[in-house]
Amino acid sequence: MNDSTPSLFDVEEMELSFGPQHPATHGVLRVMLKLDGEKILDAKPIIGYLHRGTEKLFETMPFPQCLPHTDRMDYVAAATNNQGFVVTMEKLLGITIPPRAAYIRMLLAELQRLASHLVWLATHAIDIGAMTPFFYTFRERDAILDLFEEYCGARLTLNCMRIGGVPHELPDGWTDRCAAFANDFPRHIEEYEDLLTNNRIWKRRTVDVGVISAEDAIEWGLTGPPLRGSGVKWDIRKVFPYDRYDEIDFEIPIGSNGDTYDRYLVRIEEMRQSVRIIQQCLIRLPGGPIMAKAPKVLRAGQGMVYASVEAPKGELGYFIVATDKGTNPYRCHVRPPSFINVQALPELVRGRLVADLVAVIGTLDIVLGEIDR
Amino acid sequence: MPEALLQFLVIPLVKIVVILGVVLLVVAYATFAERKILGYMQVRLGPNRVGPKGWLQPVADGMKLLVKEDLVPDGAERLVFMLAPCLIMAPALLVFSVIPFAPPTDLFGLLPEPIAPYVADINIAILFILGISSVGVYGVILGGWSSNNKFSLMGGLRSAAQLISYEVPMGFAVVAVLLMARSLSLVDIVEAQRGFGFLTWFIFPGILAFGIYFICGVAETNRNPFDLPEAESELVAGFHTEYSGMKFALFFMAEYTNMTVVSSLAVIMFFGGWLSPIPGDDVVPGFLWFSAKVALFLFAYIWFRATFPRYRFDQLMQVGWKWLLPLSLANVLVIGLGILVFRNLLKG
Repeated sequence: MNDSTPSLFDVEEMELSFGPQHPATHGVLRVMLKLDGEKILDAKPIIGYLHRGTEKLFETMPFPQCLPHTDRMDYVAAATNNQGFVVTMEKLLGITIPPRAAYIRMLLAELQRLASHLVWLATHAIDIGAMTPFFYTFRERDAILDLFEEYCGARLTLNCMRIGGVPHELPDGWTDRCAAFANDFPRHIEEYEDLLTNNRIWKRRTVDVGVISAEDAIEWGLTGPPLRGSGVKWDIRKVFPYDRYDEIDFEIPIGSNGDTYDRYLVRIEEMRQSVRIIQQCLIRLPGGPIMAKAPKVLRAGQGMVYASVEAPKGELGYFIVATDKGTNPYRCHVRPPSFINVQALPELVRGRLVADLVAVIGTLDIVLGEIDR
Repeated sequence: MPEALLQFLVIPLVKIVVILGVVLLVVAYATFAERKILGYMQVRLGPNRVGPKGWLQPVADGMKLLVKEDLVPDGAERLVFMLAPCLIMAPALLVFSVIPFAPPTDLFGLLPEPIAPYVADINIAILFILGISSVGVYGVILGGWSSNNKFSLMGGLRSAAQLISYEVPMGFAVVAVLLMARSLSLVDIVEAQRGFGFLTWFIFPGILAFGIYFICGVAETNRNPFDLPEAESELVAGFHTEYSGMKFALFFMAEYTNMTVVSSLAVIMFFGGWLSPIPGDDVVPGFLWFSAKVALFLFAYIWFRATFPRYRFDQLMQVGWKWLLPLSLANVLVIGLGILVFRNLLKG
């Protein structure tokens, strides 16, 4: 811990309640700060302002009905939340889904990853004072949401997967529009990078800010870009492939310093890789059914299962316990990436300035919906 | 009417009213221009609902702020809280009393003899401006302190430190101009740049001084990338977090007034004020040249805002003390030496 150096003037500690209503805490995160002037002596994240009892709700309803509730956890990445739940349920029930369903899922999940990263980039940049990327990224995000809307009718809370497959066939011409978007998108990534990557002020605000070593990142259980930014090559899509990610060729970008700038670069590169995945999925998209043969009423035998997917923010895991006769989960625990990642916040900001707190909250890319559940 | 009454009361009063009116109009439409230009830079339209193409938006904004409930938070230091917005707005407007917008004019033959379209041409105008505009920092720090809000307090403190740090290099940048013009009067500074169109403007010998001056000017007006005192992502709204209604509007207008002041001074000191860039041109009235040049600088302000992220507090101090201050000192030395050598050459 970086203690305050004894100074000429004995400064009184100031306690500052940063949030829950604050423009930079990405929702209703509250950080209790102990400050010496602008310097952070200690930071304590306080969560729970968005608690909706989702895990308890799961216990009261049949398995398929749980799905819409997963949308509302990480509300900027509903598709990957759906994916986590259905992948876990299929593992519990022993269902293998048809290849076409798996490819449609991957398409939706990667589009969702792009959308989620775009929201992250927008808010992260605006936290550091660059307001323009916000509008550029939301332009592209809107195009993605249009694709979602065409597929399932919803733009945010998608509910776009089912246990055993996907609910809808792709609309006519959807693949062409998706391909057009994917081919066009790298050009827009260049646009964002033009504004930020080599900007001196951007670099001064992010390089060596919020540094976490690979060992510490693993100790803290970080996943997703915060872990990869520290140089750990860990991506659920590669290490425990689900759906058909093992048939797809893509890289896992990693950083070296584990600072805010590296995490920025990692996410930017992840967007490029997602575009690659989308393009491959569109080329390889097989025909056939989109739902596996599954009973009308799902009854799992006694058992418990854990499975996880690579959500845009990290490893999103579901732990489901089922009883013999029940059609509901007996217990469903969610391992949301943001909940684990935000624990490292005090470690990352101690001894730094208030402005760095904002940069670090941005770089952790948290969503309070899934932290509080 | 006695001659003296006319000369010392009526004419100055008319000038003051006209100049205040023009300045406030410029400020109102600077906010509109900012929103429009930012809009176009950010693939959106900006205000476009009030009046044709949104041109009445500033009026609507003004009305809204005027009729809004004027809150004073519990625990705020009432008197100081009320005083702070005035303390920032008054100096900002006062500065315009010495800014020469155009050469003396007879308004195309309407007046019997030419009158100067500025309130006063005092021989220490630059010192006057630097002195008066420094008073504005009291408005910021007192407003931040009196709000009884920790975010406001931090904003006020940041601002005080920032304004004081950047005034020093700004002063030295101005010294370079004074050396070249050999006068503190703004009218004399403009006249010293008369000669061969844009070639005799002070921007060429004083390019470094201009750079330092404008960077400091952006910092002095708390604009991006130096907008830390009101950094919304860190300090909510900084020193004016607790202000609403017309008091907030005064802070807001003061920011734009100060932008106009900094831009006007940059034009006067480095870009020939009302002088035409074309040698021998006297067709276009000087006032138009002056306005066009100021508009360019205001555009630059808006452009910065669309482009740059924000510095961190310690980095801001580093830029000010470690870079701008030594550079501005060195610049004074170089300009001084240059003038010495140049003058001696002319003599010899």
